[in-house]
Amino acid sequence: MIWVLDLLILLLVVICAIAAINVKDLLSATIIFGVYSFLMCLLWAEMGAVDVAFTEATVGAGISTVLFIAAILHTSRRSKD
Amino acid sequence: MKLLQERTAKLRVGESLIIQTAVRIMVPFIQLFGLYVIVHGHYSPGGGFQGGVVLGASFVLLALAFDQKFSMKYMSEKANGVLGNVGALIYTGTAALCAIFGGLFLDYSALDKLIPLGPVGWRSFGIFIVEVGVGLAVMSIMAALFWVLGSNGDMEEGL
Repeated sequence: MIWVLDLLILLLVVICAIAAINVKDLLSATIIFGVYSFLMCLLWAEMGAVDVAFTEATVGAGISTVLFIAAILHTSRRSKD
Repeated sequence: MKLLQERTAKLRVGESLIIQTAVRIMVPFIQLFGLYVIVHGHYSPGGGFQGGVVLGASFVLLALAFDQKFSMKYMSEKANGVLGNVGALIYTGTAALCAIFGGLFLDYSALDKLIPLGPVGWRSFGIFIVEVGVGLAVMSIMAALFWVLGSNGDMEEGL
């Protein structure tokens, strides 16, 4: 466990989270959310929770991104607010 | 070369020959990795849930690169439902069998009275049976979730 690496990944996670909320295009928000999931997976693997990291990589970055995109294709792409 | 041009001419909008060939090569390895994760779940990272998601993602990848029909040719809707229910039945059936043979719910050492493997052997083997059941159930749910969401519910035409 290297605390500098922890802090660096945590910083990127926070940046991704803020960007995913603030961006207007829903498709971009989904892709940023996938990046967020993958960074979270990296953080957990670095902290030693390999099982949780594996779940995050398969479910968070894999399936949920695809399901979000499938849902967005049935609605409008731009957020109204 | 002629054959390649004929095959590209038949492609519809959004379909790419490169992606389809890559997916065709990748999918068997993805499924093999999913089986590895399920089978090695009880003494390494991974397990029934993660392996099931990886197996389900291989069918989602087929549906994305080709067509929903193509994906459902390899895993039909009926077989998917049967596999999912069999998986849930394996999980709860093992747990209930433990309770019937005098142990607690999901206490695998009680199954020693059925086949004598020793309590420690059964604790190791019982979790393996449960992982296989969970993997089957999760795989079919993940594939069905994408099929229903992608085809607007009618299972006819995908994304």
